[in-house]
Amino acid sequence: MAKNIQSLERAAAVLRLLAGGERRLGLSDIASSLGLAKATAHGILRTLQAEGFVEQEAASGRYQLGAELLRLGNSYLDVHELRSRALVWTDDLARSSGESVHLGVLHQGGVLIVHHVFRPDDSRQVLEVGAMQPLHCTALGKVLCAFDPVAHNEAIEGRRPSLTARTVTLPVPFEAELAAVRERGWASDVEETWDGVSAVAAPIRDRHGMAVGAIAVTGASERLGVPGAAAGAAGRPEAAGVRPDLAAAVRDCARGVSRDIGNGRF
Amino acid sequence: MSDNTTGTSSHGTGPFIAAIDQGTTSSRCIVFDRDGRIVAVDQKEHEQIFPKPGWVEHNAAEIWVNVQEVVAGAISKAGITKDDVKAIGITNQRETTLLWDKNTGEPVHNAIVWQDTRTDALTRELGRNVGADRWRRETGLPLSTYFAGPKARWLLDNVEGLRERAERGDILFGTMDSWVIWNLTGGTNGGAHVTDVTNASRTMLMNLHNMEWDQRICESMGVPSVMLPEIKSSAEVYGTAKGGALDGVPVASALGDQQAALFGQCCFSEGDAKSTYGTGTFMLMNTATKPVNSYAGLLTTVGYRIGDQPAVYALEGSIAVTGALVQWMRDQMGLIKTAPEIETLASSVDDNGGAYFVPAFSGLFAPHWNPDARGVITGLTGYVTKAHIARAVLEATAWQTREISDAMTKDSGVELTTLKVDGGMTANNLLMQTLADVLDAPVVRPLVAETTALGAAYAAGLAVGFWPDTEALRANWRRAAEWTPQMDKGVRDREYKNWLKAVDRSKGWLDESDV
Ligand SMILES: Nc1ncnc2c1ncn2[C@@H]1O[C@H](COP(=O)(O)OP(=O)(O)O)[C@@H](O)[C@H]1O
Repeated sequence: MAKNIQSLERAAAVLRLLAGGERRLGLSDIASSLGLAKATAHGILRTLQAEGFVEQEAASGRYQLGAELLRLGNSYLDVHELRSRALVWTDDLARSSGESVHLGVLHQGGVLIVHHVFRPDDSRQVLEVGAMQPLHCTALGKVLCAFDPVAHNEAIEGRRPSLTARTVTLPVPFEAELAAVRERGWASDVEETWDGVSAVAAPIRDRHGMAVGAIAVTGASERLGVPGAAAGAAGRPEAAGVRPDLAAAVRDCARGVSRDIGNGRF
Repeated sequence: MSDNTTGTSSHGTGPFIAAIDQGTTSSRCIVFDRDGRIVAVDQKEHEQIFPKPGWVEHNAAEIWVNVQEVVAGAISKAGITKDDVKAIGITNQRETTLLWDKNTGEPVHNAIVWQDTRTDALTRELGRNVGADRWRRETGLPLSTYFAGPKARWLLDNVEGLRERAERGDILFGTMDSWVIWNLTGGTNGGAHVTDVTNASRTMLMNLHNMEWDQRICESMGVPSVMLPEIKSSAEVYGTAKGGALDGVPVASALGDQQAALFGQCCFSEGDAKSTYGTGTFMLMNTATKPVNSYAGLLTTVGYRIGDQPAVYALEGSIAVTGALVQWMRDQMGLIKTAPEIETLASSVDDNGGAYFVPAFSGLFAPHWNPDARGVITGLTGYVTKAHIARAVLEATAWQTREISDAMTKDSGVELTTLKVDGGMTANNLLMQTLADVLDAPVVRPLVAETTALGAAYAAGLAVGFWPDTEALRANWRRAAEWTPQMDKGVRDREYKNWLKAVDRSKGWLDESDV
């Protein structure tokens, strides 16, 4: 693994220092607090200033956090906004697939379910909004790990417990699986989290192409699986082990939501 | 609404039903398949005309052009022909009133929209000695600016020479259903001049008990009955389309928008209720075949009537400010950037911190009827944050629903078992859970959000035998989500008591001199 970039680490330390309170700090305070040469600290501050992350007060020459940083912080997509935009699309996916639909986002090292549409039959179901799912083995989690570097790090650094006989836990096969997900543009979970249950998921991307969430169809393996692939010990599951038409439907739905939240490239 | 709602898997090969939704801001046509799935949508907005403060008009000729375009648009997007369409259903903005010349087909004036308050003085004059409830027993409605009868009277009084032409029989009256059906079925060339029982029940001219125009009220209101349409059921063939994209297809249903939503939500049994959460909220409860007189200030209205079966009635309660309060938090207070963010803000705390928000921006409606009330935020302490206020905003919608539901139970003797919900605010999970908690009843969201258009399609499909009966429609109904009550009874009772205290604080704010 490559070493971290020192100047970026130092810049982050400067920002943290400035975010530490109401204070505005002078160059020498900053340099001495972080144990940096004045020239080094100045170079960092100048660069951050050019990016708008830091501002210098004209009168005193002291530094404070810049407006660009606030803008960055606020531009993250509100999950409730995401649910509102996804509502029509996910309803339609549930109806066309005949299965339940979940929308998840990365949250504290796992997948937080922010929207859930029941499987459209008459069975009793419980709303799972607010529940957490594991990152490393669910279809939603794999999509997030494959397309969001933060999720990827959390899954690599976190625990990857074995939940069924099929759960992929070791780093090398896990990375291989994520590479396949990136290649295909969607992820599957064939009984890797719950016995008898499969899922297929695709990413929702924001304006900047960032994977801000994922949409999954989840159901019994005998309905979602490629015939003969999922069930039984005999024979390895094909490519991803789920019906290609479902994968296409999930991707269409996720693209629709992406378009609605401003990603015009889909 | 995006137009790519055609879904992901194939919808089969038909046949289909086309629903026209002539709404306040736009006209839409939605094509449904036998499972009640949306196959295609087309939509076009029309101009909102504000000639004076409080006046709102629509150009009915523009609306008719738009209706023809969206019908053609939806059929073409669905990739089908008129032979695949078994019937056309209509749903419409209620109470919006139009008079037109039956010989030329030209409107004599813009349509007067339901929100328009120009009949304020007129309705007070009509209630002069008796009060707003003068015709409540016959019509189920209090005198108010919403309803169509007084709007027609205003036109007759204010358009030069109109009354003479009307009395000669040259003028036709209609709500938007009548206008669309008359034009669809041929217009000056033999168009059917009809309305359905639900739309007629919003004119203040129809007697709820026999479903006929009430001659005495028409006379007192000054509306000549020669210009009134024939009152039909909500589901029967009124005629066939002449010309256009659906030439020859039966026109087979009409329902006011809220009644259509009741129908689309499959509220076919006594006690079934739906509530539509948008800018404002409309709650309707099926009271079966008896018109329930309301002592709590709810409206008594016709829910629907299928062919020659007995009419089914409903109690209706509306809340003026629900989604509008969320918009107010966004636009006036600047506390959130988008409406859904209210949930983010509200979820950052566990309760309302003791704060209650009564959004009586233009007075209190059912069941309080206190026009002198104004909005209050009460229970404030130094502890309360904007997040508590956000919670109080959502709770206000929930408690107002509870008050209407209680009033409905009181009037009808029927307990609410489940509330079916639709509208933009149903995306708010915290609100839906709060609603279940304060109602102490499950709240259910159906899979098809377009319940209004679906209701019109269902009624039209029943009329032509596309679906055999309401049981078949119920079988189509799918639950997308359900919220079950989780609030402790003690907490619910305490919170309700606090809410009612807050409501009391809002009352009587205006002095006589302010009014
Ligand atoms: N997630 C949400 N939470 C709370 N309110 C919402 C949410 N999404 C939309 N709204 C509110 O719902 C209303 C829009 O719903 P809609 O059904 O489109 O209404 P209408 O048909 O009256 O225009 C707006 O007033 C908006 O503030």
